Amino acid sequence: MDTGTWKVKSGLAQMLKGGVIMDVVTPEHAKIAEEAGACAVMALERVPADIRAAGGVARMADPTIITAIMDTVSIPVMAKCRIGHFVEAQVLQSLGVDYIDESEVLTPADESHHIWKHDFKVPFVCGCRDLGEALRRIAEGAAMIRTKGEAGTGNIVEAVRHMRAVQGGIRKLQAMPVDELTTEAKNLGAPLQLVIEIHDAGKLPVVNFAAGGVATPADAALMMQLGADGVFVGSGIFKSSNPEAVAKAVVKATTHYQDPAIIAEVSKALGAAMPGLDIKAIPPEELLATRGW
Amino acid sequence: MKIGVLALQGAVAEHISMLLALNTEGVPIRLPSELHSLDALVIPGGESTTISKLLSDYHLMEPIRELASQGFPIFGTCAGMILLAKKVPDLDFEPIGAMDIEVKRNAFGRQVDSFEADLTVPALGDGTFHGVFIRAPVIDKAEPGVEILCQLGDNVVAAKQGKMLACAFHPELTDDLRFHRYFLNLATGDALAESNYR
Repeated sequence: MDTGTWKVKSGLAQMLKGGVIMDVVTPEHAKIAEEAGACAVMALERVPADIRAAGGVARMADPTIITAIMDTVSIPVMAKCRIGHFVEAQVLQSLGVDYIDESEVLTPADESHHIWKHDFKVPFVCGCRDLGEALRRIAEGAAMIRTKGEAGTGNIVEAVRHMRAVQGGIRKLQAMPVDELTTEAKNLGAPLQLVIEIHDAGKLPVVNFAAGGVATPADAALMMQLGADGVFVGSGIFKSSNPEAVAKAVVKATTHYQDPAIIAEVSKALGAAMPGLDIKAIPPEELLATRGW
Repeated sequence: MKIGVLALQGAVAEHISMLLALNTEGVPIRLPSELHSLDALVIPGGESTTISKLLSDYHLMEPIRELASQGFPIFGTCAGMILLAKKVPDLDFEPIGAMDIEVKRNAFGRQVDSFEADLTVPALGDGTFHGVFIRAPVIDKAEPGVEILCQLGDNVVAAKQGKMLACAFHPELTDDLRFHRYFLNLATGDALAESNYR
């Protein structure tokens, strides 16, 4: 019996497809998320909107919170470590979390290098803004990819930009003649082998979720129609006025993303969505998506 | 033949491409109205709690139970096997209950314990079947009438009952079509084809 193989790491992400992964900060939140139909939860000390507001250095959550959440729900539990902080990742693996998000939402521990994720039995998900960044993370061992978006803003514009960049990058590679792939790999800053693989298959070798700014059921369905395999919702649920209702509605809109009548139905009377932020109003040094490379 | 693949959440596309490789049409099913004119149903891997919530919210549970009671062929993998079981301890909903089996969820542990292993499945003929087990369940108890198709050590990981087929692992994550072909033969009642595996 072989554990920690590429197949079981990328395979778990395949089982999460069509689902919603919700940020939670307490076991009570986790229970609400599970009841609403979340396919996994992300255990955190603070949701991104609060991390943004608090400032300072954001780190891996206290293991007490993570284990309390793992003891509360039967769905997979993910947790975040800082970019490049492989010891936080080792700690999360020893706690038995089901997925690690090497996340730009936390303050990076290394400005040059991401974690070499092949060394771990636990699978990793990483954020990206375009195809080159996605392929660099996959080369390092990420078994799942997500857009970075701009977390904690309730503004979908960056997630849309990143998803279109990834999908457009794939279509471009597919259409290219083979003899142009080496130069394109150089331009993307991505390994040639993966570039050839995308050219041949016309899709990423791993699951790609949307994340960063999803606040409404329609946001979730938008990202699905743009080609996301599923959706992460961070602050959008527990910063809204009615988390239970919003959580259920986002789950339904993600499953029925091609059915506007159902999206309309689930969007009724949800109360106030989380307060949003205009990306242009955020000072450049406070943007999360530019962390990592 | 037209096979429905329950598409509420999980590895739907993988099953549809396995069926396509067997020259069979697989269609995603999200609403009760889509259950008509199907020859069989596949319940894919995914999160069983998520799938069950959407099954009951969109009123699919009862029609599928009804189909199952009429002997309609259903193939469940991983979460699908959990949903087909009659009894699943610490589940906060009533499963479909189409097979007389008791299933234990996450029987091998969490994701770090997920594994691959070669399995012996006599019904599929010679040669092992590569099993991909992801936070996998096992069949703890099987009533008479349930035929055990595969064991891993003491754990029952695949079984059939009438035209119902269930496995704890994910044939849809391999390129081995034998389990899906076995199900199609089961669904069409093609006993001769079934014996061809032996």
